[in-house]
Amino acid sequence: MSLNSLRLPFLVFCVFVLLWQVIVTFFKVPDYLVPSPLQIAVLIPARFGDLSSAFIITGGEALGGFLSSAVVGVAVGMFFSVSAIIRRCFYPYVVLLQTIPIIAISPLILLWLGNGSSAVLCISFLISLPAVIVNATQGLISVEINLLNLFRMGNATVPVILFKLRLPHALPHIFVGLKIAAGASVVGALVGETFAGTSALGAGGLGYSSIYALSQLDTPYLFALILTSSLLGLLFFFAVIILERRLVGKWHDSILGDRLE
Amino acid sequence: MRGSNHPPFISISHLSKEYPNDRKVISDLALAAAAGEFVSVLGASGCGKSTLLKMIAGLSPISGGSIHIDGMIPANAREIMSFVFQDPTLLPWRTVAGNVELALEFEGLSKALRRKRIDSVLTLVGLRDVGSYYPRQLSGGMKMRVSIARALVTTPRLLLMDEPFGALDEMTRNRLNEELLTLKDAQRWTTLFVTHSISEAVFLSDRIVLMSGNPGKVHEEFAIPLPTPRTAALRGEPAFLSLVGQISRALAAIHP
Repeated sequence: MSLNSLRLPFLVFCVFVLLWQVIVTFFKVPDYLVPSPLQIAVLIPARFGDLSSAFIITGGEALGGFLSSAVVGVAVGMFFSVSAIIRRCFYPYVVLLQTIPIIAISPLILLWLGNGSSAVLCISFLISLPAVIVNATQGLISVEINLLNLFRMGNATVPVILFKLRLPHALPHIFVGLKIAAGASVVGALVGETFAGTSALGAGGLGYSSIYALSQLDTPYLFALILTSSLLGLLFFFAVIILERRLVGKWHDSILGDRLE
Repeated sequence: MRGSNHPPFISISHLSKEYPNDRKVISDLALAAAAGEFVSVLGASGCGKSTLLKMIAGLSPISGGSIHIDGMIPANAREIMSFVFQDPTLLPWRTVAGNVELALEFEGLSKALRRKRIDSVLTLVGLRDVGSYYPRQLSGGMKMRVSIARALVTTPRLLLMDEPFGALDEMTRNRLNEELLTLKDAQRWTTLFVTHSISEAVFLSDRIVLMSGNPGKVHEEFAIPLPTPRTAALRGEPAFLSLVGQISRALAAIHP
């Protein structure tokens, strides 16, 4: 996307914010229901310290959940691709894991790990994991038969086939999983905090702070927290996109297609 | 050469192939090829040509009979043969040079030695200038050249080709046929070439083997006594056209 193509959406954003300000001011909407944009804009620098510490806590938990789901997800996919027996035994459970609402198991995680960041990280990890496993497995097993024959003609060993053929072939698929996981890990961390967040001073992440702000009817701060959470989600998503461009940008159609215009 | 007492370079006898559902694809097939010979296998789709090639490569197990390549069974002869598939089968994440290098990595060659071999084979097939390109930047004909370069870089003694030019337009196919013969005259490997095209088979081969299907076996063999080296002009000559006609009629007689 060029800067030029961002001009219209930006204009829409300005009009939206302006309308919001006018309506809130004109109808005298109480700020515990809907604060004005100006109020939020003033609040953000004023409570920058609180916001950034909450950002760092939740960001750390989400990053932990994301990275562990990436590593575990790709590793599980590799086992599945190497052995059809292992795949047949366990793959249905991965699909099942996808259908279980992780929120339903959250109380158990809380019971086992106690309140705090490790429980939140665990929830974030579990929510992100299935998408990585499913997409990585798909990519690792969908190698063209003659490419496999080529490696067999070269008497290639199983690890050589895995690392020189299956893994690079699976990269575009793995990135599909990682993009889903990037969003899911942030959601997982935020939701996890509403269960397992700690109230210890300076240890509350964005999710916990949101619940607290709600209980105090501190709606302007709640809005500031929502904006910060969105920023976190965007950051994760773009980090994965940049990594994808570096790793598969030169050779895969999904990336090159954008540049054809 | 075939008159001598030496065992042929490739010798196949009583070969059969059955799938678990009792479907017989190949039955009692016999075939021999001398070292340096260019043999094409012609036949209708589904007559077992590709299966035959995969069995010689050791990629598909045999159900009965025997295959020997220079006295070795296929699984032990992989180091002396290369396979060119119907599609270029290139790794899209590797450059042209990287794709050719793969074959040398399998052989465990040192980095410096690989560089030299890649350079010379890319020059040989006319790809010297595109060594750093990715496959998606190449035309179909160029991709096939990369595939052939990858097969030749290990200086194989047996080249197995499974309809390598089937997906190309006729002009590109003809040019690659001519290039293949030039390369072969310089390196003298033995070739087994599976194709659907009668004129391609006549142009390239020393001998053509006609297969009939259900189950697949050798139906008839034709020596191609056209002079070498062969050039594009050969395709217009009466001797060439008469051979094409003769083999077309034989093929039509199998599948009336």
